[in-house]
Amino acid sequence: MRDATAHVHDFDAATPRRRERAIEDLAGGLARWRLAWALARSDITHRYRGSVLGPFWLTLSTAVMLGALGFLYAKLFRIDPTDYLPWLSVSLIVWNVLSAMVTDATTSLTSAEGVIRQMPLPYSVHAMRVVIRNALMAAHNLPLILVVFFIFGTPLSWTALLAIPGFLLLAVGGFAAAILLGMVCARFRDIPPIVGSLMQVAFFVSAVIWKPDMVGHWEPFLPLNPFFAVMEAVRAPIMGKTGGLAVWLAALAWTGLLVAAAWAFFVRFRGRIAFWV
Amino acid sequence: MALIEAAGLAIEFPLYHHNARSLKQRILASSGLRLKTDTDNRVVVAALRELTFSIRDGERVALVGPNGAGKTTLLRTVAGVYEPVAGRLRVEGEIGSLIDPAAGMDPLLTGRENVVLRALYRGMTEAEGRALAEEVAGFAGLGDFLDVPIRGYSAGMNVRLSFAMATAMTPEILLMDEWFLAGDAEFMARASERLAQLVTGAQILLIATHDMAVVRKWCTRAIRLEGGRITADGPVAEVLGPEDRE
Repeated sequence: MRDATAHVHDFDAATPRRRERAIEDLAGGLARWRLAWALARSDITHRYRGSVLGPFWLTLSTAVMLGALGFLYAKLFRIDPTDYLPWLSVSLIVWNVLSAMVTDATTSLTSAEGVIRQMPLPYSVHAMRVVIRNALMAAHNLPLILVVFFIFGTPLSWTALLAIPGFLLLAVGGFAAAILLGMVCARFRDIPPIVGSLMQVAFFVSAVIWKPDMVGHWEPFLPLNPFFAVMEAVRAPIMGKTGGLAVWLAALAWTGLLVAAAWAFFVRFRGRIAFWV
Repeated sequence: MALIEAAGLAIEFPLYHHNARSLKQRILASSGLRLKTDTDNRVVVAALRELTFSIRDGERVALVGPNGAGKTTLLRTVAGVYEPVAGRLRVEGEIGSLIDPAAGMDPLLTGRENVVLRALYRGMTEAEGRALAEEVAGFAGLGDFLDVPIRGYSAGMNVRLSFAMATAMTPEILLMDEWFLAGDAEFMARASERLAQLVTGAQILLIATHDMAVVRKWCTRAIRLEGGRITADGPVAEVLGPEDRE
């Protein structure tokens, strides 16, 4: 596991070789996936230490919210609950994954402050930790969709497999967000609360509780919202639809943009992170 | 082959999260040259200034100097945590760092689990980590406490565990801040022996401390830092003066 080249650390402020170092960081981070996995797992076991239901408390609270919102909004929107509730279950659970990922991304580096100042660990490990932690949380909630589908007799088609690339996009976007937001939030401490309130707004404008076809002729413009595009790429397949080309293109484009921004920022400012946290 | 070589090394800490202007007025007047504003008009602390030195195989070097002289910053820079704003730094050899005993430790995990976790931090596998835990158990002398969450450890026990972990990985360069002096007499004797062993294997020890007894006993060379600059560098007796001066 130990390679000799890793033990020579040569730095010349005149030639910082930033891109090279950023690539080394990513490679080193991926090579330490075991560490990211172990940290993410202990994050979850610690958060729910001594609790009876553990991470399933989140499942339970999602279920309660689903029951309450589901029947109320079915009434408000005048739709059949057997049609609305399964859709809402997918919506809420996918949104929770996305929103938790963004919120966690803001503290990806500041929460690892102690380690960052003790040893030169690849920063990408911290971003991976955020993605894996959220994937584990998602794994506790996704089965709830199956329960709701079973209760309401909603069929699950093979199209649902298309959700896998959707989840991959979400993971890649989450990783990039954890790098970009993690850095920005380490430098500017006002950003996390701003992101928090933006996510609240995003919840209402991103077609989480209302169906996209309810906005009529505005529907084609919905993919301009990055949250909607990525969420729909996961939600539509689970509901047995493809989501349409526009949604997928938008989801790809938004994720690509995020990755590009994160990379540019990472290459330029990676060396400053230790001074920021 | 271990080596630490610095030429014109400088580290500056920008002071973020403060009101730059009021801070400038308050401190700039009193402390003279140490605080300055950089090209973007930010207030920065010049933590290390134009350090040039080279440390070779087998040297045991003490960093001495008053609080805030830049000793810990230099340790962290050598560890690769901080990127210099100017100058060159070349470090050859695997680094063991004992800078912050709590960093990378999980208080809810047992001592043994923490050793495995540290091994993962170093890019080893779980199996290698468990083997390492056996080795650490032998040296740390924690007995059954190794399987107790480290939250229940005393400060001294924490030090034993950290020290045993850092040296069990047989680093070529060991960086140490002074907190490890919290061990008891019996442990200090063993630590001293272990360090002697480590350094005979053509390795480097770099230790920041205020304890001149430690410097005289363990080190072959001393570097005195004051205000981020090296003011003296040489054999211990030369830098500290004759023993009776203390």
